[in-house]
Amino acid sequence: MVVEQDDTMPVRGSDDVVRVRQAVRARAIAAGFSLVDQTKIITAASEIARNTVDYGGGGSVRMEVLRDGRRSGVRLTFTDHGPGIPDLALAQTDGFTSGHGLGLGLTGARRLSNEFDIVSTPGAGTIVTLARWK
Amino acid sequence: MPNTASILSAVVTGHHAALLSGWLESQRRDGVVRSLDDTSRLATQFLDLFRNALSAGRFDDINTSEWAPIRDMLEAMSRGRALEGYSPSETATFVFALKQPLFALLREQLGADADRLSEEIWTATKLLDKLGLYTTECFQRTRDEVIGRQQQDLLELSTPVVKLWDGVLAVPLIGTLDSARTQLVMESLLEAIVANEAEVAIIDITGVPTVDTLVAQHLLKTISAARLMGADCILSGIRPQIAQTIVHLGLDLNVISKATLADAFALALRRVGKMVAARPAATAPRD
Amino acid sequence: MSEIPVLKIRDILLVSIQIDMHDRLALQLQDDLTTRIVRDRARGVMIDISALDIVDSFIGRMLNNIAAMSRVLDAVTVVVGMRPAVAITLVELGLTLTGVRTALNVDKGLALIDALVDGEEGAGGRRAG
Repeated sequence: MVVEQDDTMPVRGSDDVVRVRQAVRARAIAAGFSLVDQTKIITAASEIARNTVDYGGGGSVRMEVLRDGRRSGVRLTFTDHGPGIPDLALAQTDGFTSGHGLGLGLTGARRLSNEFDIVSTPGAGTIVTLARWK
Repeated sequence: MPNTASILSAVVTGHHAALLSGWLESQRRDGVVRSLDDTSRLATQFLDLFRNALSAGRFDDINTSEWAPIRDMLEAMSRGRALEGYSPSETATFVFALKQPLFALLREQLGADADRLSEEIWTATKLLDKLGLYTTECFQRTRDEVIGRQQQDLLELSTPVVKLWDGVLAVPLIGTLDSARTQLVMESLLEAIVANEAEVAIIDITGVPTVDTLVAQHLLKTISAARLMGADCILSGIRPQIAQTIVHLGLDLNVISKATLADAFALALRRVGKMVAARPAATAPRD
Repeated sequence: MSEIPVLKIRDILLVSIQIDMHDRLALQLQDDLTTRIVRDRARGVMIDISALDIVDSFIGRMLNNIAAMSRVLDAVTVVVGMRPAVAITLVELGLTLTGVRTALNVDKGLALIDALVDGEEGAGGRRAG
């Protein structure tokens, strides 16, 4: 597998969430994604970026454009050093209809991604990795 | 590691003409020459590039930059051959056929030195094998691209969206619904809804042989997306067996369904505030 | 501080979301709308999202909040102009717009609001012009 692009940007406030969306769009286009696939990964990125800002105390995202044979993909790794998620299992149930919480952000982003992984250590921080392939 | 002891480079450089004619003859004997002009042009090109790459002295890895020009040439040739209908073997034989005249020349040069001769032949064989196999890889890639394109065309042809009336669209689905097709149907239908400002979309599944949980999920996603945009869907063409399957599987389709497209159309017309009426009999006198 | 303009057509408020919204702006919009619904005695709120290429759960929550507040103030909310890619993604995301009706475009949105308000008022002319 080849990494064709590899950049990191800060995710510290609302304006950064907007920038992350724009940056992910550029990379999705570079990977040759269809419009629907672009929309899916940008939306997933938006969800996790907001979580990083709202619950993680801010952090950063590493964006990679990958090529594996004929497939091309985009992988995003969001890192924060916030309080972490105490009950990962609970946090990943669908909490949207209640209107708040981490629920939809994580489960939604997972549904929109081909690969999704989350590691969280209470008191130390959270790392969310998601990828979408064309 | 540069093979400075190898005489390959010198042989190829110094016996261009003999090598070329021997090679063409070898290919002809192998039955892979369709156009002598074409093959001759390609062979000349190859030998030039081969000579250049050999003079750089590295023979063990054809993925280095010294071998890039010849790789590009082989890629272009493979692609062309694939599109012209050559088989992958025919294309690879183009390279392999060079062995015979090359070995003959090496034997001439090294004659009595058996050890040295076998070493050189081994080096040359490995090199030409790699180059020949490279053409096969390129060939595969080209074929895959063509197949991919054809699949795409087939997908698009088999999912037309038709306008039945102002504000009423229909999608007659034919054949099995897999992920790729459903995605395409969904996108085509939704784009058509926007383009036609349609309020009702009829999804007709008369031509769909089986409906399982997966197919039902795909249909439901399409219907949900249409509703989110402000249009509604009607399912039609439910055959008795499919109705039974749906009930057996406990599927809740949450959409109005009609047995026939005609029924669905009548309902759709009502939804958009239209009706079909008989024409009044002609009573006015003609002028 | 930038603001999202709120237009008024008869007794319907029309908002067109053109830019990437962040929290401050979203809260401000909700405030503006509730104020205007009361002040203008609006019966309908139309939110045009045709310029949005992404709708995430944050925007979804905002739309639901606006619908809920309008409902309390006796107005209906209609969202128009959702793009196909957005609709497909929302379905995949699992986001439901509760209390929000949708229509394809502004024209149909106005017609829908009329129909909804008419339906609530019973017979009687709203379509005076």
